[in-house]
Amino acid sequence: MPEMTLVEAVNLALARAMEDDPDVVVLGEDVGINGGVFRATVGLQARFGPERVLDTPLAELLISGLCVGMAAQRLKPVGEIQFMGFLYPCIDQLVNHASRIRNRTQGRLTCPMVLRTPHGAGIRAPEHHSESTEAMLAHIPGLRVVIPSSPDRAYGLLLAAIRDPDPVVFLEPTRIYRAAKGEVEDNGEALPLDVAFVLREGRDVTLISWGAMLKETMAAADALAADGIAAEVIDLATLKPYDEATVLGSVAKTGRCVIVHEATRTGGFGAEIAALIAERALTSLLAPVARVTGYDTVIPMARLEQHMMPSVGRIVTAARKACQFS
Amino acid sequence: MPDGGLPVIAHFEVRHRNYLAPDGSINRPLPPFASDAGLLTALYRAMMLLRNFDRKAVALQRTGRLGTYAVSLGQEAVSVSVASAMREEDVLLPSYRDNGALIWRGVKLEEILLFWGGDERGNHFSGPVQDFPFCVPVGSQAPHAAGVAYAFKLRKQPRVAVCMFGDGATSKGDVYEAMNFAGVHKMPVVFVATNNQWAISVPLRLQTGCETLAQKAIAAGFIGEQVDGSDVVAMRAAAEDAIAAAREGQGPRFIEAVTYRLGDHTTSDDALRYRSADEVQARWKEEPITRLRSYLVGQKMWSKAEEEQLAAECHERVEAAVERYLAAEPRRPETMFDHLYAELPEVYAAQRRELAGEGDA
Ligand SMILES: Cc1ncc(C[n+]2csc(CCOP(=O)(O)OP(=O)(O)O)c2C)c(N)n1
Repeated sequence: MPEMTLVEAVNLALARAMEDDPDVVVLGEDVGINGGVFRATVGLQARFGPERVLDTPLAELLISGLCVGMAAQRLKPVGEIQFMGFLYPCIDQLVNHASRIRNRTQGRLTCPMVLRTPHGAGIRAPEHHSESTEAMLAHIPGLRVVIPSSPDRAYGLLLAAIRDPDPVVFLEPTRIYRAAKGEVEDNGEALPLDVAFVLREGRDVTLISWGAMLKETMAAADALAADGIAAEVIDLATLKPYDEATVLGSVAKTGRCVIVHEATRTGGFGAEIAALIAERALTSLLAPVARVTGYDTVIPMARLEQHMMPSVGRIVTAARKACQFS
Repeated sequence: MPDGGLPVIAHFEVRHRNYLAPDGSINRPLPPFASDAGLLTALYRAMMLLRNFDRKAVALQRTGRLGTYAVSLGQEAVSVSVASAMREEDVLLPSYRDNGALIWRGVKLEEILLFWGGDERGNHFSGPVQDFPFCVPVGSQAPHAAGVAYAFKLRKQPRVAVCMFGDGATSKGDVYEAMNFAGVHKMPVVFVATNNQWAISVPLRLQTGCETLAQKAIAAGFIGEQVDGSDVVAMRAAAEDAIAAAREGQGPRFIEAVTYRLGDHTTSDDALRYRSADEVQARWKEEPITRLRSYLVGQKMWSKAEEEQLAAECHERVEAAVERYLAAEPRRPETMFDHLYAELPEVYAAQRRELAGEGDA
């Protein structure tokens, strides 16, 4: 199996989906001859033509709205928003149309679209290029929000997202676009959505994260193991709807939970998970649920951004504290 | 002039189309279809049905049996004529005020009542299954129309997307973004802006600095035409031309239908707060139904007897629809989860069971 980066796996999945299904259309800014600013769509236009790999005008609301119209005609549009900071004009379309057209029309019209965008900080990009506002999206009923954390999951989950009959926002962790490498088999097999992946089993504490932050979370699990603490690491992967059973099962086993995300704390998705555990697993808890998150501030520009994001040290400290609690 | 005689590199023009004067007399030779008494009377009947339906809907709202409702009073010619120029396989993307178009396309009156009565089943449309439902967030349907048209183009289908919105909507980026894209790709889409002079309380002069809305098409690279939107003959002719051009691959068109909203914005609005009764009274002289009737009667295409029969038919049709609307089985609360996803994820299925009182919290 060839070794590749996460962004190459995205490209591979797009090519595979377009090859398999003539209804798949890729659209966005610079996705054509330029192959996308992160090169995720490289080579697709040469292979599938400019009608199926469409360079749109510079208009994000349009990209998302076009997807809704195409999808209602049973095309499978895969729109690209260059950076998550430019996704906000799409929120109207996602909230008011994409996510609810099936429900509004009682199934008469549906919206099998995917909107892809890079997610998160850590690439020393200009302002507005480092957003991680996934909680905002995960709040929207009728939507799916998916974040892969490795090349093989990027491949399998993107294929699943494209084949899914409902709208999916697919957040690609920018920081590990190239840093994450792994073997990917181009077998056309999708991975399941709505399912969390247990990356590492452990008895003592559950670490839950998604996207690029799993890198630090896995490193923290290594450091904890050196201390004799066996951490279970869960890649949530789909945030909406999320795999409550795997979360609850793991916490029932370990009695301790640390949730790690790069997004700001207040109203972040970690709060949702903590609430679930409080409601449904309180009696198995041996320590308070902890959150290691970005601070409640604007994501700083390059010089300070690493201080906002959870570090291995912060995760280890939180996990140790949980393990030492009473 | 400070331009120092610089050359003019582009000229644009915006045309205005009108055939029937407010008194029903003819301003210029009518288009060929106007000799078809069957078509003209069908348009007349549809406008009358809409006016009757509106009156009943308002009465239902006033008596607590319908939610907020947006009437078409005074602007019936627009949506009826546009829909009449479409083919069944075309796709309509209406705003919330385009009842006339939906009814023409075969959506049942009771479905429209269900929608305004707060029931999603109204959007199920037993009629044109690919048409979009009423769009409430103003102008946000325009990009959908471009997407629908893109699908037609990609699949080489001779179909047209027809997108309707109000004058207020033309202030939104959504509409311009969609028009701009449609212009780039010569998309089979027709945009119809119903300029009824008001966006709730905001008059057109505070909505735009443009002389016409039609000229907004120029910036997107295609033809925009201003049409007397209270003249159903002009509207039908303009819609027919635009839809035919789009179908033949000539690209998008924009129609500004200049008309007047004689009623309140919705049943929740009181238009007397922002415009005078005199203004409205004056505009009643231009309204589309009397105008067409005067023409039809003058041409001996319509008689008093037919008028009476039509009134009875409208009454009967509307009353029967109201009965079916009021008799609709209530939905069980947990059905709000139906059609949320193709297959309801288990975590929400549990919430559905909770709502259904099947334990499970
Ligand atoms: C995006 C958005 N903003 C505000 C509203 C509230 N609103 C409903 S109708 C309306 C005025 C729209 O005017 P216009 O587009 O001219 O259409 P008309 O109602 O006159 O048919 C407003 C502001 C809305 N529905 N959508």
